[in-house]
Amino acid sequence: MAARTVRRATAALATGALALTTAACSNPGADTAGSGPKDSAVVGIAYEPDTLSPLLGYGKDGNSKIFDGLLAFDADMKLQPALAAKLPRVSDGGLTYTYTLRPGVTFSDGAPFTAKDVVFTYETILDPKTNNPSRTELDALKSVEAVGDDTVVFHLKYPYAPFAERTVHAIAPEHVAGGQDVNTGAFTTKPIGTGPYVLTGWSKGEKLTFKANPTYWNGAPAVKRFTMAIIKDDDVRATRLRAGDLDGAILPPNLAAGFGSDKGRKTYTAKTYDYRTVTLPTHNPVAGDTAVRRALDVAVDRQTMVDKILEGAGKPAYGPVPTDSPWFAKGTERRHDLAGAQKILDEAGWKPGADGVRVKNGVRASFPLWYLSGDKLRQDHALAYASDARKAGIEIKTQAGTWEVIEPRMKTDAVLAGGGSPGDPDFDQYLLLKSTLAGDGFNNMAWYDNGTVDRALEDGRRTNDPAKRKAAYDTVQRALVANPGYTFLTHIDHLYVVNDSWDGLSTQIEPHDHGLAAGPWWNVETWQPKNNGGTKK
Amino acid sequence: MARMTGRRALAAVPVLLGVTLAVFAVAEASPFDPVKAYAGTAGLTASQENLDQLRHNLGVDQPLLTRWWEWLTAAVTGDLGDSAVMRRPVADVITERLGWSVLLAATAFLVAIALGTLLGVLAGRRRGGLLDRTVSALAYTLEAAPAFWLGLLAIWFFALRLGVLPAGGLTDTASDTVTPDQVARHLVLPALVLGVSQLPWFFLYVRQGVGDALDEDPVRGARARGLAERTVLTGHALRAGMLPMLTLIGSRVPELITGALLVETVFSWPGIAAATVQAATAVDFPLLAALTVLATAAVLLGNLLSDLLYGLADPRVGFDG
Repeated sequence: MAARTVRRATAALATGALALTTAACSNPGADTAGSGPKDSAVVGIAYEPDTLSPLLGYGKDGNSKIFDGLLAFDADMKLQPALAAKLPRVSDGGLTYTYTLRPGVTFSDGAPFTAKDVVFTYETILDPKTNNPSRTELDALKSVEAVGDDTVVFHLKYPYAPFAERTVHAIAPEHVAGGQDVNTGAFTTKPIGTGPYVLTGWSKGEKLTFKANPTYWNGAPAVKRFTMAIIKDDDVRATRLRAGDLDGAILPPNLAAGFGSDKGRKTYTAKTYDYRTVTLPTHNPVAGDTAVRRALDVAVDRQTMVDKILEGAGKPAYGPVPTDSPWFAKGTERRHDLAGAQKILDEAGWKPGADGVRVKNGVRASFPLWYLSGDKLRQDHALAYASDARKAGIEIKTQAGTWEVIEPRMKTDAVLAGGGSPGDPDFDQYLLLKSTLAGDGFNNMAWYDNGTVDRALEDGRRTNDPAKRKAAYDTVQRALVANPGYTFLTHIDHLYVVNDSWDGLSTQIEPHDHGLAAGPWWNVETWQPKNNGGTKK
Repeated sequence: MARMTGRRALAAVPVLLGVTLAVFAVAEASPFDPVKAYAGTAGLTASQENLDQLRHNLGVDQPLLTRWWEWLTAAVTGDLGDSAVMRRPVADVITERLGWSVLLAATAFLVAIALGTLLGVLAGRRRGGLLDRTVSALAYTLEAAPAFWLGLLAIWFFALRLGVLPAGGLTDTASDTVTPDQVARHLVLPALVLGVSQLPWFFLYVRQGVGDALDEDPVRGARARGLAERTVLTGHALRAGMLPMLTLIGSRVPELITGALLVETVFSWPGIAAATVQAATAVDFPLLAALTVLATAAVLLGNLLSDLLYGLADPRVGFDG
């Protein structure tokens, strides 16, 4: 008797499954190419934000869609007023910043935006009980106070020239976020802000959906519905873009090339500060030797790396600053010169041994180079670097590992690292090169110790005079030529493919860590749908 | 039957306790740093002082047994704690995502069992025949193929080439609301992929079981009595042939969970499996412990189900737990 029931159940199941499949197949449904009218956009991103609360670090670089900062970066990375009515007044030798707030701004729930929201946001971030891992970025800030409803004054611990750039940070409403636990409250998934978009849904692991804020102070956006689909795998993202499920996506160079001949789509190349570098630890007897550092610096063939590994989507890097930036020190480019490298090593006493690897005072020119396992780009860079170094007689043993494995070895082993943030050169270079920060977390991984650089970094951050700052950062870059504690390899471009249905698309200069704030949709609130109805694939 | 279920339920309690303690101990011994995992990429530029503060706030510098005991005493009163990696209460994380994972896993399991049984019976009937040889070869290949690869292949074929099924997500990417027909359409591909990746095992065991049963005396006797082949097959051979498969259904549940993780990642399915790996590498104790309890309970239930089905299907076997 039981067997008959089992049989019947199996038959019913099979019929049910078959019916479902046929129903699905016979209902082509709504996802035709173009994903709906052109006043809505769907894009595919690779990383999901951990939280949507500015108090825990969301929106610290602007472009957060749901929030605004006091200031904002425009397409040329210049500061423009946003929630502030104008750029701040700097006084007391750079220790005080005074902002006048824009009047008439409201949060999306109707409550007015005032100075107390700014004070609440910054004070909560500085509070040690708030689990904000980016608190170090506001290290210069001592205190913030509201003067009336429309003025905010920041007091700094020391004169910090790029402080205004940190005030693009998103502002949270005190009347909503103030009444909850900052680390685990519902605000992290149900945010309320002053920004151009309002969050309508966050399906964790799948997508975030936004709709336009009709009362936005800078005018309601033309793109009324905006969706960001989280697709971790590059191939799946490319497939969904091609199938018409997405209007735009970030793609690696080899996959973006496949869309090159597509008439209905445009490829945007965002310039970045995203570099790949090899740390040469000071505490390693070979990598810490200045002659070896200078030799490696000229032995490495950067242009070939750009052409072959990045497929042309990038440029050679000679320091943390990209070659086309106004902060780049002219004359610090190095030519690929293998003979020159060999000469430097010969003159310093590194003589080739029997197997071609150089030796000096019994020390063999050999050290390990770690790269992050699973990251193909870093692996390719590491292997190319090792191969170039071998030609000059330096043996580099490449190994893959996760950060847990690499971290305890960072002091003596070389690491293929990445980094870079646009905006001010201080953000990047101070953490990378200051000797007092060596071994502090992941900062200054090579324990680079150069007195000239230390002094120049301090000068650069404390003065507001643009000429003096340029001179200071030029000094840093020239010192890196004389003693390159890091071999900078390439600056990587980020590629985006987007349907040609809107006007007004551009890209900013992007940092290493590109979350949902980067890409041609950094300013989706200013996109205008094309009049010809857009082109459909 | 009720006695066996009751005895199993009692035995489950020390098992769950032991498993959670073991998971805590293994996570503690692992090299993963919960603070670095919490901070993510921001941790690469954070100062040591900031990281130390995070470590203290997250409570990860306390000894293992203290943390386990605190978690246990809170959990039995219903407070599952807060997940560091998701920045929300664990109960919220689970209720939001568990349902979708269960839907996907259950559908896939049913697909695997139904198709596996059907194909296994057909193949076992005529061993060495055309159907048997092709499907067996395919089954061995699928057994070796990773679910991830199958998923990408399915997306390419059904979503790109044929364009009949969506390429991922729970609902249409541009839609705001969750409707049953959208979920059903989006469920087809992930459930098929996960089911097909679990299928070979069921197919091969049923084929073996049915094939063996067809060689036994009762079947020879049934044929001799002049019963129709169909009755012989489904009434006599299948029932005996299903036994090996039924007993081991429970042991396939862990495979299903691992497969679900890969499939959820490929199809951006908002389930709990993807969160499990994140919880493990971030050493997020509250979330990890809650998920471990769920997974262990699922495995124990699977075993119980196997034993109940075995007892129902085979009158020779009693329910002795």
